[in-house]
Amino acid sequence: MKKTVVELIEVAKDFDGQRALADISLTVTDGEFLSLLGPSGCGKTTLLRLIGGFEHCTSGLLRIDGQDMDRIPPEKRAVNTVFQNYALFPHMTVYDNVAFGLRMAKRSSREIRLAVTQALDMVQLSGLEQRRPAALSGGQQQRVAIARALINKPRVLLLDEPLSALDHRLRKQMQKELKQLQRALGITFILVTHDQDEAFAMSDRVVVMQAGRIEQIGTPMEIYENPVNLFVARFVGDINILDGVVVSRSGADTYHALVEGVAVTLHSRRDFLPGQQLHVLLRPEDVRLEQERDIAESRSLSAKFAQARLPGTVQRIFYHGATYDVEVMLDNGNQVQVTEFFDEDSANLSFRPGDQVALGWLQGWEVVLPHEG
Amino acid sequence: MSRWLKGGYAASIFLFLYLPLVVVAVFSFNDSRFSLAWHGFTLDWYVRLWHNTGLMTAAVNSLIIAASAATLATFLGTIAAFVLHQYRFAGRRLLFGTFFVMMMSPDIVIAISLLLLFLALPLNLGFHTLLLAHIVLCVPFVAITVFSRFHRFQHDVIDAARDLGASEYQVFRHIVLPLAAPAVAAGWLLSFTLSLDDVIISFFNTGPGFEVLPLRIYSMVRLGIRPDVNALCVAMIVFTIIALILTKILLKEKK
Amino acid sequence: MKDNILFRKLLISGTLIWVGLLAVVPYLILLRTSFLERGGEILQAAGWSLANYTRLFSPAVFSMAVDSALLAAGTALLCLLVGYPFAYILVRSGEKAQPLLLLLVMIPFWTNSLIRTYALVIMLKADGIINSLLLRLGLIDQPLQLMYTSVAVFIGLVYTLLPFMILPLFAAFKAMDLQLIEAGRDLGAGPLQTLLRIIVPLTMPGIIAGTMLVFLPALGMFYIADILGGARSMLLGNYIRDQFLVFRDLPMGAAASVAMTVAMGILLLLYYLASRRSGGGHLK
Repeated sequence: MKKTVVELIEVAKDFDGQRALADISLTVTDGEFLSLLGPSGCGKTTLLRLIGGFEHCTSGLLRIDGQDMDRIPPEKRAVNTVFQNYALFPHMTVYDNVAFGLRMAKRSSREIRLAVTQALDMVQLSGLEQRRPAALSGGQQQRVAIARALINKPRVLLLDEPLSALDHRLRKQMQKELKQLQRALGITFILVTHDQDEAFAMSDRVVVMQAGRIEQIGTPMEIYENPVNLFVARFVGDINILDGVVVSRSGADTYHALVEGVAVTLHSRRDFLPGQQLHVLLRPEDVRLEQERDIAESRSLSAKFAQARLPGTVQRIFYHGATYDVEVMLDNGNQVQVTEFFDEDSANLSFRPGDQVALGWLQGWEVVLPHEG
Repeated sequence: MSRWLKGGYAASIFLFLYLPLVVVAVFSFNDSRFSLAWHGFTLDWYVRLWHNTGLMTAAVNSLIIAASAATLATFLGTIAAFVLHQYRFAGRRLLFGTFFVMMMSPDIVIAISLLLLFLALPLNLGFHTLLLAHIVLCVPFVAITVFSRFHRFQHDVIDAARDLGASEYQVFRHIVLPLAAPAVAAGWLLSFTLSLDDVIISFFNTGPGFEVLPLRIYSMVRLGIRPDVNALCVAMIVFTIIALILTKILLKEKK
Repeated sequence: MKDNILFRKLLISGTLIWVGLLAVVPYLILLRTSFLERGGEILQAAGWSLANYTRLFSPAVFSMAVDSALLAAGTALLCLLVGYPFAYILVRSGEKAQPLLLLLVMIPFWTNSLIRTYALVIMLKADGIINSLLLRLGLIDQPLQLMYTSVAVFIGLVYTLLPFMILPLFAAFKAMDLQLIEAGRDLGAGPLQTLLRIIVPLTMPGIIAGTMLVFLPALGMFYIADILGGARSMLLGNYIRDQFLVFRDLPMGAAASVAMTVAMGILLLLYYLASRRSGGGHLK
C-alpha cells in the first residue's frame, strides 16, 4: 500500500454563496499521476487551486502529508503549480524565473546555480538561461514553467491545463515528456484537463468531474469500459445509448430484455427488476455489424448474433483512414454509429448505404445502466 | 464622409487648437515690443526672462512643488493601486469611488474644501499647504494609471510567486513593483505636469510667502501682452511636450 | 504569516487614513460650513441654517448661476458637436498616423490653461490677429470688439476644454467594436439609423464623461472669465472666489461649491447608468 500524499474529505467550496464544489472526497497516493477531467466550469481548476492554497475550503478537510492545510498559504505548502498560461515573470530571465523559488527560500547562490543548471538540463533548456520569456517559443515557456515549479522539490506538482496552448504535435510530445519526467522524479502529479485523450495517455487514475462533483474515479480503462453513468460514458469518447426494459432475470448476472423493441440477452452485475427501464451503452468499436443476408446464410455467424440481433439499414459511411464509421438506422428509427476496421483481404468497404444489416455485440461488452430521466 | 472632407475637418480642428500657440511662439522671437508685425528674429525675450528674478523664483518654486508633489503622490498612489488590486477589504469599493470622484471633481471644489481644512486646523498657507493640495490633486491619477497596469498583467504571475514561497512583501518587492515600474514612472510625470498646469488650486492654497508660476503669470497677463510672457509660455509648452512624450514612451507596451 | 498580515494591514489602513483625512474630511468641512450663518466659524458645533441655500435662489445669485450653467452647457454642447466627428475620424485614422494625432490632442490637454487663454488674447485683441486679418482683407473697417464680451469667454471655454471632450470620446470609440457599425449597415440601417441606434448608445459613457469634464470646469474657471470677459463676474467660479476672497463669506462660498458638487453627482449617476447599459467598463 502506497503512502497517501493528498487527502480530501467531504470538501465543499462556495463562491459568493454559489456552490462550486460539493462533497469532494479523494485520496492521492505517493508517486501517482492523477488527472482531473471534466468540461469547463466543472470545478476541476477550483479543486486544483484548493490544493495549491490559492482558495480555501468552505467546509471539509484537506490534508497534505497528513497535515491539515486549513489557513496554510501557498508559499508554505510542499506543493507547486504549473499555471495554464505559464505565468512566467516577464521581467526576469529564464535563469531568474527558475531560481525564484530558491531565492525566496534564501539559499546560497552556489546552491542556486547548481540546482537551476540541473533543472534546466532536465527540461532540455540549457543555453537559454539569459533569455526573457517573451523570446521563447510556447513549448520552451512550458518547460521553464515546469523547471521553475520543480526547483523546490515539491511533494506534489499541480498542472493546470498545461498543454492547452500548444499545437497538436507539440502536445503529444510534451505528454510523453511529462510522463517520463514524472516517472523519473517519482513526484505526485495532479493534472487538470478537459481533454480525455490527454488524461488517458498520461494518468494512473482519472477523476471525472461535472458540475462541482466527482462522477467517477478509476483507471483510464475502468472509466472507458465501465462508466458509472451516462455523463461519464458520453464525456469519454463516442458512445451509442440504446433504451430498453427488463423482461426477466435469468441468472446471477443475466437478464432478458427488450432493447429498441428487440428481445436480447444482457449481462450486468447490477441488480434490475423486471419492468425496470435501462440504458444499454455500446462503444462504436464494440458493436458487431454484419449484412443480414450473410447472417441468414451462415450458421456460425447467426450463433454470434444469438443474444442480440438488432435489424437496421446503412445510412452513411464516413472514411477515416485506418477505420470507417457506419451510420445505421435501426428499424424503430434510432441511429447507431459503428466503427469498423478495414478488412485486410478486401479492397472494398464491406457496407454501402441501403444495405440491410444486423447489430450485435460480444457477450459482456455492453454496459447496462439504470434509466436516467 | 469623403476622405478630403474628413481630412479638412480634422485639420481645421487642429488649426483652432494650435494657431494661438503658434502665434505666441512666433512673437516670442519677434524683435518688437508692441507691434504684431514681424521685425526680425531675436532671442532677447528669452534672455530677459532668464534675468527676471521674480519670475524665475516663481518658476523654481513651481518646479519644486511639482517634483515633490509628484514624488509623494506617486508613492501614495502606487501603494493605493496595489491595495486596490491585491486585497479585498471593507471599504474597497468606497476607496475606488472616492478616487473616481476626486478625479472628476472640479478643481475649484477641491481647492475650496482643502482651504477650509487648512483654515480649520489651522495651517498657514504656503509651501506645505500647496504641497498637500497638489498631492490630493495628483494621487487619483497615479493610482488609476498604476492600477490599470496591474490589471493588465496576469494575476497568475502573483499566484506563481506565492506558490514559489514569496511572502506578500516579497511579491510586492520582486514582482509587482518591477512590472509596474513604467506605469509608476508615467504616474510621476503625469503628476508633475498636472501640478505645473494647475491654476485654481494654486490660487487658493498658497500664501503670499510662496509664489508659484501660474499666479505670477496670472497677474502679468491681466496687465496685457508682453513679449517675455510669450517666451515663458513657449518654455512651458516645450516642457509639457517633453514630459508627455516621455510618458507615452513609458506606457508603451513592450512586445 | 504574521509579517504578511502586518504588511497588509499597514498598507490598507495607511491608504484609508490619508484618503479620509485629505479627501473625505475636507469635503465634510465644506458641507458643514455651507450650513453656517454668515460670519460663522469653521468647525463651530452649533448653528445650522439653510440661509445660504435660500440665497442661492435669490434673483441676483440665481440668475448668475443660471447664466453660468447655460454658458457651461453651451460650451459642452459645442465641444460635443465638434468633438464627436473628430474623435471618430481619429479612431478611424491609420495605424501610423493615430499615435501622432493623439499626441497632438494631448499637448493642449496638458498645457497650462492659463497660457492657452493668454494665447487667445493675442488672437482676439482689438489690434490682435483676427482683427488685423479682417481689416487687411477689407471685410471690416473698424476693429471688432471681441475681448471683454461673453462671446470671448465662450470661445475661451470651448478652446480650453475641447481636448477634455475629445479624449473620453476617443476612448469610447476605441472601446467600441467598429465592426458593429458595419454589422448595422449590413442589416439595413441607413447612416443616420446607424448613428442613432448603434454608435451613439455605445459611446454614451464617453459622451457623458466628456460632458462632465467640460461642463464642470466651465462652471469654475474664473480666470478665463477674468482675462477674456473683463470686470463682470460671469461664472459660478467667479462668484465662489469672490465670496471667499472679497466678501469673506465662507459659508456662502461653500454652499455654492456644494451646489456644483450636486451637479457633478447627477452627471456621475448618469455616467454610471450609461456605462452599465453599454456593457460596463470604467473611464480611464
